[in-house]
Amino acid sequence: MNAPLPAAATAAAAAPTAADRAAALDRVVTALSPLLPAHALLYRREDTVPYECDGLTAYRQLPLAVALPETEDQVAAVLKACHALGVPVVARGAGTGLSGGAMPDALGVTLSLAKFNHILKIDALARTAQVQCGVRNLAISEAAAPLGLYYAPDPSSQIACTIGGNVAENSGGVHCLKYGLTLHNVLKVRGFTVEGEPVEFGGDSLDAAGLDLLAVVVGSEGMLAVTTEVTVKLCPKPQVARCIMASFDDIRKAGDAVAAVIAAGIIPAGLEMMDKPMTAAVEDFVHAGYDLDAEAILLCESDGTPEEVAEEIGRMLAVLQGCGATRVAVSENEAQRLKFWSGRKNAFPASGRISPDYMCMDSTIPRKRLADILIAIAAMEKKYGLRCCNVFHAGDGNLHPLILFDANDPDQMHRCELFGADILETSVALGGTVTGEHGVGVEKLSSMCVQFSPEEREQMFAVKRAFDAAGTLNPGKVIPTLHRCAEYGRMHVKKGLLPFPELERF
Amino acid sequence: MADAALDTLVERVRAARADKTALNIGGGHTKAFYGEAPQGAPLDVRPLAGISSYEPSELVVTVRAGTPLAELEAALAEQGQCLPFEPPRFAPGGRNDGTAPQGGTVGGMVAAGLSGPARAAVGGVRDYVLGATLLNGKAEVLSFGGQVMKNVAGYDVSRLLAGSMGVLGVLCEVSLKVLPLPVATETLRFEVDEAEALRRLNTWGGQPLPVNASAWWDGTLVVRLSGAAAAVRSAVDRLGGDPVDPALAAPFWTGLRDQSDEFFTKATAAVAAGATLWRLSVAQTAPPMALPGEHLVEWGGAQRWVVTTAAAARVREAAARAGGHATVFRGDKAGGALAPLSAPLQRIHRQLKTAFDPDRVFNPGRLYADL
Repeated sequence: MNAPLPAAATAAAAAPTAADRAAALDRVVTALSPLLPAHALLYRREDTVPYECDGLTAYRQLPLAVALPETEDQVAAVLKACHALGVPVVARGAGTGLSGGAMPDALGVTLSLAKFNHILKIDALARTAQVQCGVRNLAISEAAAPLGLYYAPDPSSQIACTIGGNVAENSGGVHCLKYGLTLHNVLKVRGFTVEGEPVEFGGDSLDAAGLDLLAVVVGSEGMLAVTTEVTVKLCPKPQVARCIMASFDDIRKAGDAVAAVIAAGIIPAGLEMMDKPMTAAVEDFVHAGYDLDAEAILLCESDGTPEEVAEEIGRMLAVLQGCGATRVAVSENEAQRLKFWSGRKNAFPASGRISPDYMCMDSTIPRKRLADILIAIAAMEKKYGLRCCNVFHAGDGNLHPLILFDANDPDQMHRCELFGADILETSVALGGTVTGEHGVGVEKLSSMCVQFSPEEREQMFAVKRAFDAAGTLNPGKVIPTLHRCAEYGRMHVKKGLLPFPELERF
Repeated sequence: MADAALDTLVERVRAARADKTALNIGGGHTKAFYGEAPQGAPLDVRPLAGISSYEPSELVVTVRAGTPLAELEAALAEQGQCLPFEPPRFAPGGRNDGTAPQGGTVGGMVAAGLSGPARAAVGGVRDYVLGATLLNGKAEVLSFGGQVMKNVAGYDVSRLLAGSMGVLGVLCEVSLKVLPLPVATETLRFEVDEAEALRRLNTWGGQPLPVNASAWWDGTLVVRLSGAAAAVRSAVDRLGGDPVDPALAAPFWTGLRDQSDEFFTKATAAVAAGATLWRLSVAQTAPPMALPGEHLVEWGGAQRWVVTTAAAARVREAAARAGGHATVFRGDKAGGALAPLSAPLQRIHRQLKTAFDPDRVFNPGRLYADL
């Protein structure tokens, strides 16, 4: 496991004194005990330790207490009590987030919504699912499958992550380009304000009266309201999906091919890229038969009716070959398609096998700059004396460079940090953003300083205050204060271990 | 994006703030009829014009708010791309009789947040907003979002501006996701009653069919299929109905989009005679609205246009029962243009207004009287 960073290194204020903590705990337990069954309020250290971090294990903080409400009335009561005391509340789903969005507050209550795990209704005719916030992403698609429907956004942690967390992070997946993000697939969010008042954003219709608050609540990382129920759209399942695997002998040709596919008027269901070092690492791990001579490999997927897919695959092949693909293969069946994807989906664990440590970045750049950033990263490898494997959601321009290093060597650690910072800085300079899909949380607070001006950050604080005047809902996340503007975001993963090591990671 | 046109706007806002006067943000003045009545001194955004960047392979266009919508759409069409949500276009003064040229701007399109026939299939205006530059009530020029497809850095303020009717600030520049024009399009026609049309539309919606738009009025259901040629062909075979000659279908969908077709022309006449044109946004499976008057069903059942003399309270109640809300689109707005908000939402609306525009400079009362 990663060595925990002291809380002071994160968003939290200086650690409270033991006396302050004891007094706060006493107040909270006194206030919450009458509201919850005894087993639903945890405050002894051994009970609260499992909640000290989310998927970003480098950042840890014990909460004052953990509330596990079982009914919406209990959620409301806990929120009201905490609001009256001025105690911070941090909502938490499955804890799979990669940016520390659910990291506890030292003097706050972590509100675990794990017990809200029921699918309330699947309406086949309306193609909607009404689910509680703690329902797992994949469970929605599984429940809808007999109706020929599914929930489109598919973050790679989908077997564990919950829809409430997806709403908080505006989660993506490999199919975003064609099917959209969480926001595009959610109709309604029900929940509570920080004061414990029930509230509904969006509706059963395609729009709601007034300002589009749903658009700002989705992706707000639990800082504007607490979500307890979500109504999502379901899509008809495509009849068939096929994937092209194309090799290129030059990074720039591969980058140009990505742009050319889009320019040809094709929106692939998935469009992913791996560079040569990444391909070597994953081939050694999954033995999928990847082309080890290629400088870059593209995976380009089409889905729809059999006729539609046949037509689109033909158009995709023409473009890829026209861009100088040195080798192409088209999946002939589902098993082969999954084999093509196996290496891409195992990029993270494969990196963990070839290096003691790696650091994953999550920036997004305009698609046309793919080759530029790859060439820049190659130069950075020389500059910092470290290797880097590259996997991209190429269709979205979302990069996941994995910098390989050994954390036991302080100099390598330092060079790795500079390398990561350089990638983020270059991404912003190329017209991109510091986080495409993992969220800001506590991890990328510093890099927000680079992307947004003080006035822009103050405007975000003002939005926060409009929903939460006292600032007690998941405080200290997403928006950095003026005081912290020094470093850029990164994810430090030691030896490929994540809290959910069995999950595919992108 | 510092330039003279922007500097002028910033100065106007600074002065208005100091003088405590209101500004009425405007472009082509084609949608002044929509929402509550405009108030304040005109603030013309049209000098802030031009496409800032457009690269078709990025599927992103960044455009200044005062740019004519027609100019943007022409630039996209030249590259075989489009705004898939088909925003309606009106003539100055809100006319929709097809006799005057359209004059709307990109800023007005985003601020009004209106989408056309393809909305249910492809998403609405806000779904295509990737980033925006805003001039807020403190005369600060702020950018949110960006020009990339995936971006979770901070609150999604840019999408909040879609449909905000200018109450949060002046939209200066916006980045929009665009898409290729569909390869193939076919239109089918069915003679069915409203309940049967709703049943069919919802059943088709659950199948992998390329249904892109639909409209039911007066016993006729018209469905547009768009996508890959093979998919459209097989859907035509599967759905049956009567194929509509593309030479007739294209102007029909354009007329529906711009609200200049027969239903809306008649609606305009009825409104002049005292009726109200309502837009009901409801659950797409809701049964036909039990309201007197003419009904047009769009968006697979999710949008119902009703021309009626029924009392506002009755229309709003029907929409709420159907899982949605009702807006007075044209006609008497004495009962409010938009449906009233729940208490917590009303409070959040007021506080957001204060967060962006503390002195209530921009479009006061345009969305709700108290904003």
